[in-house]
Amino acid sequence: MSKFKKKKDGGLPAISTASLPDIVFMLLFFFMVATVMRENSLKIQNSLPVANQVEKLDKKNPVSYIYMGKPSSGYEKFGTEARIQLNDQFAALTDVSAFISAERSALREELIPFLTVALKVDREANMGIVGDVKQELRKVNALKINYTTGIGDVETNFN
Amino acid sequence: MAKRSAPEVNAGSMADIAFLLLIFFLVTTTIEKDSGINRKLPPMEEIDPPIIKQKNIFTVLLNGKDQLLVEDELMEVADLRDAAVEFLDNNGDETCDYCQGNKDPRSSDNPDKAIISLKNERETSYAAYISVQNELVAAYNVLRNRRALEIGPRRGFRDMNFTQMQRNYKDARFVGNKEKLKALIDQIKLEFPQKLSEVQ
Repeated sequence: MSKFKKKKDGGLPAISTASLPDIVFMLLFFFMVATVMRENSLKIQNSLPVANQVEKLDKKNPVSYIYMGKPSSGYEKFGTEARIQLNDQFAALTDVSAFISAERSALREELIPFLTVALKVDREANMGIVGDVKQELRKVNALKINYTTGIGDVETNFN
Repeated sequence: MAKRSAPEVNAGSMADIAFLLLIFFLVTTTIEKDSGINRKLPPMEEIDPPIIKQKNIFTVLLNGKDQLLVEDELMEVADLRDAAVEFLDNNGDETCDYCQGNKDPRSSDNPDKAIISLKNERETSYAAYISVQNELVAAYNVLRNRRALEIGPRRGFRDMNFTQMQRNYKDARFVGNKEKLKALIDQIKLEFPQKLSEVQ
């Protein structure tokens, strides 16, 4: 019963965390604005090669993506050769034309000639499959293509 | 009755909620990075191929082991750009007054006739193919940039190379006459047309 207990002249005063939510919200809004949701979850390896003479892919015009690469871990049963992925699934070469017509039917008619097909191809894939896809695209008259690449020095492609 | 003030809501967990959202967006964010090399595929209809003189074709062959054969000589990717520039800029028939090439009669006649033909094999790796495409686009850009710096000042676009002109043309904040800029860009594109054909 010590009524006169000495007050501990306790160390540092606690820092007010009242503004913590504000800071966090600020960050949150930044990321909300900067976020682009991944359109497709990839089932293939997709590390793009780099180039330095690139043009920005114009988002004003409609873009369809075709992914190519070898199946990533967990999907080994699909083989070790590069494969095509359309939307969320593996696809065969013959599905490419159907995919393009599906993409086209979702567009307004005046935009159809401006549809760009972005080829996102893994750097280790070989040109055989890319050439086949290009041939398919020519058949359905989807002639605007874009080889999506990273930005960097081409020398790094050979490592 | 005495007014009872509403009890204050405890805002202590606000930070937690915000963090939760923050982490969600952190994880789902992919910062935009889509850029690449634009190409136009040839249409499917077979048209009779025009007859082109052999000296106007610059053959680039990329084999299955990613080795590069340019005009029947082995070459490194690093040297491809200069070789392509030399070929395009050659001006063999001396009709191109803006070229600075060495007018070799065995090389291309003029930039309008010069065609780069790229052939690859099925086993060629995509990375090598993109590197070669990049170097060939770069060769055209070198020439177009040079031409832009030459005639740009006369048209009122000082210190601007071709790439910057194109960027400025797309830039909404660009102050200047966009119509004149567009005309200039089109003119340079015509003077050094990108004639790149791929062999199947």
